[in-house]
Amino acid sequence: MPEDIILRTHHLSKRFGKRWAVRQVNLEVRRGDVFGFLGPNGAGKSTTIRMLLSLIRPTEGDVLLFGRPLRSHRRESLTRVGGLVERADFYLYLTARRNLEIVASLRGGCPKQEIDRVLELVGLRERAKDKVKTFSHGMKQRLGIGQALLGSPEFIILDEPTTGLDPQGIKEVRELIRSLSVDHAMTIFLSSHLLSEIEQTATSMAIINRGSLVVQGNVRQLLNEGGSVVRISAEPLEQAEEAARRFDGVHSVQRNADVLEVRINPEQVSALNAMLVQTGIRVNSVIPKRSLEDFFLSITEGTSDIQ
Amino acid sequence: MRSILKNEILKTYLKWRTYIGFIAVAVLVPIVQLAFKLEGGGIVRNMTRSLQQDFFFVGNLFNGYFITYFIMQSLWVHVPFLITLVAGDQLAGESTGGTFRLLLIRPTSRSAILSSKYLTTLLYSLTLVLFLIGLSLTLGSALLGAGDLIVPGRTLTILPKSEVLLRMALAFSLATLSMWCVASLAFLFSSLVENAIGPIIGTMAVIFVFIIISNIQVEFFETLKPYLFTTYFNVWQKAFEEPIPWDTIAQHAAILGCFTVGFYLVTWYIFVRKDVLS
Repeated sequence: MPEDIILRTHHLSKRFGKRWAVRQVNLEVRRGDVFGFLGPNGAGKSTTIRMLLSLIRPTEGDVLLFGRPLRSHRRESLTRVGGLVERADFYLYLTARRNLEIVASLRGGCPKQEIDRVLELVGLRERAKDKVKTFSHGMKQRLGIGQALLGSPEFIILDEPTTGLDPQGIKEVRELIRSLSVDHAMTIFLSSHLLSEIEQTATSMAIINRGSLVVQGNVRQLLNEGGSVVRISAEPLEQAEEAARRFDGVHSVQRNADVLEVRINPEQVSALNAMLVQTGIRVNSVIPKRSLEDFFLSITEGTSDIQ
Repeated sequence: MRSILKNEILKTYLKWRTYIGFIAVAVLVPIVQLAFKLEGGGIVRNMTRSLQQDFFFVGNLFNGYFITYFIMQSLWVHVPFLITLVAGDQLAGESTGGTFRLLLIRPTSRSAILSSKYLTTLLYSLTLVLFLIGLSLTLGSALLGAGDLIVPGRTLTILPKSEVLLRMALAFSLATLSMWCVASLAFLFSSLVENAIGPIIGTMAVIFVFIIISNIQVEFFETLKPYLFTTYFNVWQKAFEEPIPWDTIAQHAAILGCFTVGFYLVTWYIFVRKDVLS
């Protein structure tokens, strides 16, 4: 396995009773990736993540972390990995610092400064001595990310890290993830059912549905297949529609009530706007349509049930 | 391993639930002793009534040692219940709280985590039994003084004051072993479920059923008795027999030890293979 591949799963499968929760999933995460793992609720994201972190034993298949099978090299592999699985749960009757000390002891111990660094990073330094039961949901979630960062792992796995957060909390977590990737050169595996989260943070992604992997690849490449869609509000609309149809790079134009939905190569959008304005058309707005949402819905709808 | 054990001990002893047992003992022992001080002399008089025509009893037979011996009868049901409160919560509590997701994704083996939790459970059982006997002896001696120990049974045994503390120490060790067996069973049940109520009820149900079976004089049940761990529960009482039946004590202690280790090994087998879904 090439050195820049941090995680690879090979036909990873898990069966609960007669039901396959995850079946034949082959993932590949490269060093430096922010890897988005997308899927609707119940698609098998958490089961997959639990297998990656050895909480669940796969029924079939293997997990290779840093080129070694997790089954036989659990200790060495997990030393280089941090994780947050679903909701951040802690010992509520203990302080934030004590909780981190417990996690640190399971990693072979961390100096006090490392715990201070992590608390600072997630903005909880001032609350280190407070019991976790006094924390808001957002603070617990940040502490959850903090415990995943203890010991500066090379690879962190975050399962739905923004669940239950308010918009400000979501923004903070996204910024933190971006900073971990850019400033700390960490490879991040980010699971979510929120399209915007993956769209805004991930560099590559995989979509899982009903236990099976549907697609995997670079986010931009996947989204640009067939162009992206922009919604244009302009006056007069008929003239704008005609001009758009004649424009190079436009794949299709559809009139939807009082706006045009134009499928176009993303790099041509500003040129189209300029052309419309030069033609004397008043352009009120050009809004990109949620391309990932379209993409996601197009490939998750109609998938057959796993037997 | 040492730091993991230290953390497990801290987690257990910083939890409110851990002190329920100690509080119950701290309330129960003084109440029983006070009640005995006010009205208890009659018990010893009744026990020795048939002998009083032929023997002359000298000294204080109704004393702190007798009360302690009496309170130790709670090792049958009451203390096991208090032990299951903590032992049954050790693994199930982590499932309920979702904190297994915090612990088991680390580069520490499940066996090491399980061992730390188990040793903590044994430590809790030991400290609770020590607290029960220690408090009872201290308070009983202060309230009623010390003296020879009268041990009721099929025959009435009176142990000289000079021997009583040594025998109490032996009884404490054996009682701890019995309670470790209970704790191990609750710990085993705790590995099977995600709520601490189940292991508590399950362990107590097993103890009740086994004690009932042991006390019904039916031939079929007699054949079952050697296989029930509760049959050996009263090994601590043998520390007060005269002479001390060392062979029986060794045999019973070894059987209790086997049950304890057996329960732990089953727990280990389950735990290292368990899928964490909580």
